[in-house]
Amino acid sequence: MKFTTLVSATALAVASTAFVGAAQARDQVQVAGSSTVLPYASIVAEAFGENTDFPTPVVESGGSSAGLKRFCEGVGENTIDVANASRKIREKEIKACAEAGVKDIIEVRIGYDGIVFASQKDGPAFTAFQPEDVFNALGAKVLVDGKIVDNPYNNWAEFNADLPDVGIAAFIPGTKHGTREVFEEKVLAVGCEKTGALQAMIDSGMSEDDAEDACIDVRADGKSTDIDGDYTETLARIDSNPNGIGVFGLAFYENNQDKLKVATMGGIAPSTATIASGEYPVSRPLYFYIKKAHIGVIPGLKEYAQFFIADEIAGPQGPLAQYGLVSDPELAAVQASVEAEETMK
Amino acid sequence: MTDTTLSPITSETPSGAPAKSKSLYAIDDLTRKRNAAEKRFKAYGIGAIAIGLFFLVVLAVSIISEGIPAFTKTVVSVDFTLTQEQFDEAEGTLFKTKAYEGIFVNALQGQLEASGVSVPFDNATIERIVGKPGGTIREFFQANPDKLGEPVQFELAASSRVDGYMNGRVTRENMTDSRFLMKADLDLVDKLTESGIIKTVFNWNFITGADSGVDNPGGAGIGASVVGSFFMMLVVLFLALPIGVAASIYLEEFAPQNKLTDLIEVNISNLAAVPSIVFGILGLAVFIQFMHLPQSAPLVGGLVLTLMTLPTIIISTRASLKAVPPSIRDAALGVGASKMQAIFHHVLPLAMPGILTGTIIGLAQALGETAPLLLIGMVGFVARGYPDGVVSGFVDPNSAMPAQIYTWAARADYAFYEKAWGGIIVLLVFLLTMNILAVILRRRFERRW
Repeated sequence: MKFTTLVSATALAVASTAFVGAAQARDQVQVAGSSTVLPYASIVAEAFGENTDFPTPVVESGGSSAGLKRFCEGVGENTIDVANASRKIREKEIKACAEAGVKDIIEVRIGYDGIVFASQKDGPAFTAFQPEDVFNALGAKVLVDGKIVDNPYNNWAEFNADLPDVGIAAFIPGTKHGTREVFEEKVLAVGCEKTGALQAMIDSGMSEDDAEDACIDVRADGKSTDIDGDYTETLARIDSNPNGIGVFGLAFYENNQDKLKVATMGGIAPSTATIASGEYPVSRPLYFYIKKAHIGVIPGLKEYAQFFIADEIAGPQGPLAQYGLVSDPELAAVQASVEAEETMK
Repeated sequence: MTDTTLSPITSETPSGAPAKSKSLYAIDDLTRKRNAAEKRFKAYGIGAIAIGLFFLVVLAVSIISEGIPAFTKTVVSVDFTLTQEQFDEAEGTLFKTKAYEGIFVNALQGQLEASGVSVPFDNATIERIVGKPGGTIREFFQANPDKLGEPVQFELAASSRVDGYMNGRVTRENMTDSRFLMKADLDLVDKLTESGIIKTVFNWNFITGADSGVDNPGGAGIGASVVGSFFMMLVVLFLALPIGVAASIYLEEFAPQNKLTDLIEVNISNLAAVPSIVFGILGLAVFIQFMHLPQSAPLVGGLVLTLMTLPTIIISTRASLKAVPPSIRDAALGVGASKMQAIFHHVLPLAMPGILTGTIIGLAQALGETAPLLLIGMVGFVARGYPDGVVSGFVDPNSAMPAQIYTWAARADYAFYEKAWGGIIVLLVFLLTMNILAVILRRRFERRW
């Protein structure tokens, strides 16, 4: 059988090329995860490559959950070293990690990111925005005249006369994004509680947990659209929808001020200053997670982490803040914990 | 001679009924109808081609008009002197490139103040106008330490907003004051443009460079990912072509016709229609997780794309083997050639143009593929510059052209959007070259019967 010999010969050839590759040790740090952290990680990776003798790390995107999933695949050169996340790692994920042998994880908080609502530059101005308004506009069930009903609103002005009299059309991050979790927790849940909907739900006989889950349900009648892509996709949707309002990261908005008009939250416009001072309420910490087992095996891993959170980089005067990251006021503590390679419990 | 017995042809109808006009000059209703239908059909055809051409033109115009800015860049062209002490001091800091940037900005400020520029400006203004020059400066003085202390002429990329102002993307009317650029800064930009310090040059770095961080669009280039794509194509060519051709020769010429070969044939046709992302998942599971190949490597990308290209090559190779007339085989076998000799000496050379065309089209298809690369880590920030050898070209992390375009299109700074369009132009040039090669090969070796 000539064909079989041919096939097996080729298979052998493929396999041998394969092992040449595998035999080569990896010399660069491999990072994956949140698309919100990606811009910062790429700035740091470029600067790290330019300023040290280590090769430039490879940073992939794909979302916090996808990144942490790959992070938890195991220990070894063919797994990633660092996972970027725009939310804290979950208990479930820590457990999955431990089961795969990733026991020692170092958590590094790099700073804070503001979540802003913005509309088209020439679109309506949302100046009197509160979490309650977002909840009333986007919640699946809202409180009307003391009763919990399916969201009846079509127009912002229907529940808050100070808002523009335009149809509701919102573009919010899809569920694979870490931003979605923050949006639910800091906007929808807060709005739900403040409008009294949460209490009304509990009074109507729901358990507290069920009520909290019901609070963050988003209406599914087409007024709110989940965006699974990047912020550029949200921007494109806003561009083609004059009344649309979208959820963006602060850095993205600041880079596109020529095209977007930001909505103020309780009269406070988002900026690195108002977020750092806590006046602007919707912000969340950004993290990356390191496999301790890879420190000392992958060259430059610890140096990368230390470089990332150095005052010159992640501090208020550094390039990350320049791009739109809100610096962590407790950066020194983070630096110390990385230095000591403190792992999570 | 028998035809003399035939009756002469007459124009009379045999039945003798009132004759319909059979003149070829007067067109009857039925013919008119048929002719009208034909005309209509032609019009539809021309309409279809016109619509196709219209969209092609729209596409080409939009790609070129959006992509052209990527090929030019705005530079700040000045003489700059770096002393040994400044060099040592900057090298002593953690964030060295930032230190160089500071020194450069201060030097430029001094120069401008000395030359008496009439518009007000300060250190921050210059910082907003120059991009991120630190990397270039450090690289230059590390390579040329003998140039320390003497003036060196630098052409350093300006910031993305200034670049946008120069190419018309940012105007005084549509811009908003931000920490990236103030309206007032544009006065200084205008002055510097007049005096020739700020100018627009061809952006070689875009064609030769590697990716850069999101805050440095001026430094981004597609060169490294062109190299990545090239190495992937090598893998595809050297694996898919021999495997594909061997498989199709066997199936076409040697294999017995039975249930098993039928099954194989059906599955090859099915494989050709499998979405490429499926191959990406397969690649992740088999090549990276099971075989432990390096992530983000063109080798793995090439292996995945090989799987994707194989069915295309097999199908086109079989078609061109079939197109070789059986008389060629029969003649070879008739003079005593073995089956293998008949195929390798006679059939295969004649089928070669078809095989090559199929292969190149398969390669072109693989070249434009992004989805499978997403899963094996070639999409994202992969700024590794050029590989330093053939082996590292295969196994070092690299990106590929469509992956690079995808990455740029998702970035916040609009300047990267232009780069994405520029990248599309480079990709199309690469593809056109491959297709032209296919046409030339076909013309050259084609044999007609």
